[in-house]
Amino acid sequence: MRQLPRLLALSALAVGVSCAPAGRSAPHSSSDGSPAPLLVVAPTEPREQTTDQQVRHALDRLGFGPRPGDVARVRAMGVDQWIALQLAPSRIDDSSVDALVASSFETYHADTRELVVLAQAGQQAIRQRARQAAQQGDTANKRELRADALRDDPQLREQLRRARRVVGDVQAVKLTRAVASERQLDEVMTDFWENHFSVYTGKGQTRIYVPAYDRDVIRPRALGRFRDLLGAVAKSPAMLFYLDQFQSTVDSTHTPLRSTRLARMRPAGRARGLNENYARELLELHTLGVDGGYTQHDVVEVARALTGWTMNPRQGAGFVFRPEIHDADAKVVLGHRLAAGRGIEDGEEVLDIVARHPATARFIARKLAIRFVSDDPPAALVERAAATFRRTDGDIRETVRTIVTSPEFFSRAAYRAKVKSPFELVASALRAVGARPDTTPRSAQLVAFLGAPIFGHQAPNGWPETGDAWINAGAILNRINFGLALAGGRIPGASVAQWPDAARLRTAPREQQVDAVVSAFLGGQASPDTRDILIKGENPLASKLAAEGAGSAATPMTESSDDEQMMTMQEGPRGRLGARPALLGRPVQLEGLAQVVGLAIGAPEFQRR
Amino acid sequence: MKSGAMALVTMGLSPSFLRRTAYGAELLRGASIGGNTRGRTLICLFQRGAADALNVVVPHGEAAYYRLRPSIAIPRPTSAGGVAGAVDLDGFFGLHPALAPMKPLWDRGLLAPIHAVGSPSSTRSHFDAQDYMETGTPDLKSTRDGWLNRCLAVRGTCEAGCAHDAASAPFRAVSMTEQTPRILEGPQATIAMSSLDEFSVRASGPAVDRLEALYRTGSADVVHAAGGEMFEAVKILRAANPRQYAPRDGAEYPASQFGQRLKQIAQLIKADVGLEVAFADVGGWDTHVNQGGATGQLALRLGDFARSIAALVTDLGDRMGDVTILTMSEFGRTARQNGSGGTDHGHAGALFVIGGDVKGGKVYGKWPGLEPEQLNEGRDLALTTDFRAVFSEVAAKQLGAKRLDVLFPGYDGARRDWLGVL
Repeated sequence: MRQLPRLLALSALAVGVSCAPAGRSAPHSSSDGSPAPLLVVAPTEPREQTTDQQVRHALDRLGFGPRPGDVARVRAMGVDQWIALQLAPSRIDDSSVDALVASSFETYHADTRELVVLAQAGQQAIRQRARQAAQQGDTANKRELRADALRDDPQLREQLRRARRVVGDVQAVKLTRAVASERQLDEVMTDFWENHFSVYTGKGQTRIYVPAYDRDVIRPRALGRFRDLLGAVAKSPAMLFYLDQFQSTVDSTHTPLRSTRLARMRPAGRARGLNENYARELLELHTLGVDGGYTQHDVVEVARALTGWTMNPRQGAGFVFRPEIHDADAKVVLGHRLAAGRGIEDGEEVLDIVARHPATARFIARKLAIRFVSDDPPAALVERAAATFRRTDGDIRETVRTIVTSPEFFSRAAYRAKVKSPFELVASALRAVGARPDTTPRSAQLVAFLGAPIFGHQAPNGWPETGDAWINAGAILNRINFGLALAGGRIPGASVAQWPDAARLRTAPREQQVDAVVSAFLGGQASPDTRDILIKGENPLASKLAAEGAGSAATPMTESSDDEQMMTMQEGPRGRLGARPALLGRPVQLEGLAQVVGLAIGAPEFQRR
Repeated sequence: MKSGAMALVTMGLSPSFLRRTAYGAELLRGASIGGNTRGRTLICLFQRGAADALNVVVPHGEAAYYRLRPSIAIPRPTSAGGVAGAVDLDGFFGLHPALAPMKPLWDRGLLAPIHAVGSPSSTRSHFDAQDYMETGTPDLKSTRDGWLNRCLAVRGTCEAGCAHDAASAPFRAVSMTEQTPRILEGPQATIAMSSLDEFSVRASGPAVDRLEALYRTGSADVVHAAGGEMFEAVKILRAANPRQYAPRDGAEYPASQFGQRLKQIAQLIKADVGLEVAFADVGGWDTHVNQGGATGQLALRLGDFARSIAALVTDLGDRMGDVTILTMSEFGRTARQNGSGGTDHGHAGALFVIGGDVKGGKVYGKWPGLEPEQLNEGRDLALTTDFRAVFSEVAAKQLGAKRLDVLFPGYDGARRDWLGVL
């Protein structure tokens, strides 16, 4: 196509230019096992952003914001080179975060089979005791029975301890990698697809399938081929369970592919018949999009084609195809005829059809452009990205490349136009101070505190990709309090003292502190008002309004004795997440550099990327 | 509280974000201005885990009830010998004895129990059934927003372009929960917090002033606007001084999380912060094992539930004229007790509507009976009232919701099937 002559293969340069020296860790698993080519796209048209802006923009969009020193490193390497490298993550050494993940987060590495056993252990023990108790006329409640069982059985205690860690571990892995991985784009794309193919840990057993979902399903394919990713998701226990596909069976008006032993193959305790839940979301959310031109009839036909796609509870809930419950009659899906008498091929062909549908190319291209460029991305860019998607048979890497090397990506309008999601806010703040990765679940709970628990969106549409949904009065308050907690040293692994500039700046004049913080945290772009406020604590606009008699609402709050009351107030009731007490202990008293950092993270400018 | 400065910080709020969803677009077209019912509040309380309706509102006049539940049935009100029986309401139904604190509400005509009500969906999954009750669309999983969020829009008080009272907007919808519940998800701004104490900037000294100043630099973008609103809201709450709050005489909230959260809802109502809908939930109703009868596990839960609600009503006093409380639970439980002294997942349930405008003192809903042929699938209380009949009536009469077809899409029983509970 038109772009090909612009691509320069520069793979020979890769080792010399990577952010971290390559070669120590095993190559990143890509679908074909070979390192991805390093294609540097040189701009052919002038870019609206300055060189410095391009560097910061790339770090904010292809990654979770700069760590100390990143801006200088990327500037030295050249932003196009850095982008090319991020698009070829197998060439970036990531052994240090790999080692950290491998040595921490014990349940993340567990086989799903083990997690199934863990999850059932406590319930079985309690059920057994309940039966005994009921026979003896004992009226102990569930909690007492559980306490008894735990007291008597150390192995059960250990199992339950591990079971409780499962969700926290996978959440912490995701945040740790976002904060510490050198393969930032890989992390952004993992986050993107985990949100696109959203599952919810609060729905029954989904929680025990999520570690493998992150580890084996999404992460290895985040920059791979869309059809591969779609197929892996369709066969993952997490999605099979979350969207009920595992219990969808041929309904009574159609013929099963095999009719023997039918009764024994029934999913225990479940109603039989077609379940359209996954089929509908496959079309509406995962591929064509809500306006993608499918009908309710297509939903039913897709659901029929997918009957028999289920999981085997005895083998770690792995994917199995069961001919006994597969609808073997002919179907018509989006105009394609599927012949009668087929088995698993029905579902595979449906995935082929929807993955290659032009509406899917548009839908995915637009959603990617929203993530990378702006909430309302230019139509021409979306069309070019969709064209790449179609031309490359759904190559995610090339589609992303089209977007992040485009003039639209480097336009003035796109610069700092996106509002950070809670995950992006926490990751970017931890990166900005140079935090050590937190191996406890605490930092990940902060993401929940800000309103978006990781793998915690109940409905299958995932968290919003656009900023308006994140911004309301309550959200801003939580974000401000997060910044104060971080600056106050309340977050494990993160403190202002860790920031490499802190030692130099601690005794520097306030103006110098503010300049350094604005550069490191606010992308160097603070309005004169913001800078003034950070320096003096006065709001020029507020005083002007007051002078004009515009009312008292804009007058900064006066100090009150409320601070003292806040110190002595009684403990309120605490919820399940446990993150709030950590953040909302006593009000922090911030001075000097820590105050500037706390203010900066809470400032409007830091909410954008 | 309105001022030039407030106008400045709110002008970034446009209804454009509503257009993101199909419902939102529908709402924009359909929302009507006027019908201002400001000052009225709907409090929704969700009993998560499926409360055992037959032991909550007890059909003590039904012989089959005692056959089905030999060891967990609530004794008839007349039973003597020191064992607490049902608190009789109308000679056929009674309240679980642990609900005795709610009996005075019945006597004053504020309490309307509704029986055999619930979701027409046959699901026995907690997750799915809660999802359906919160989205208001049984058996339709693709609904993205919750009905209480849609309710805010179909009230039409603000988003259709009427004067935006910024001072009260942040507290239009408050959920006393850690996360925004499904029922409040959607384009209308809501606040979730586990306690009012959280709604403050956790810094002392000049940092607070500077943070506020950062959001009041005159920029009209959405981030600045929301921040400006937030600081306004914090001040409103501080003026209301929740930490010095003393409930009205005689209102004794339990120390439980649920009791304390209801107390804070009362604080918000009495502080006149513009609260339109409030939400809280309480778990522990999934009583598969040893649920007990007049005493025991379920009785403990119900005692906390009843004392919390009774305290809220006492505390609100005359304000109950503006308030309706609506309780709900995702489904009922099996009519027959199981082998572990508990009950399993059933179908229809019971709920309460409480408030000054409620036509209380009567048990609503057609009673289907508990004989074998009257049970749903031979095992559960059958459904005679769709929960949407109750929810749509409450939303329309308590909050002035207009577009009930938008509020409960696909439901055609609004008005036709209303019970006249308000």
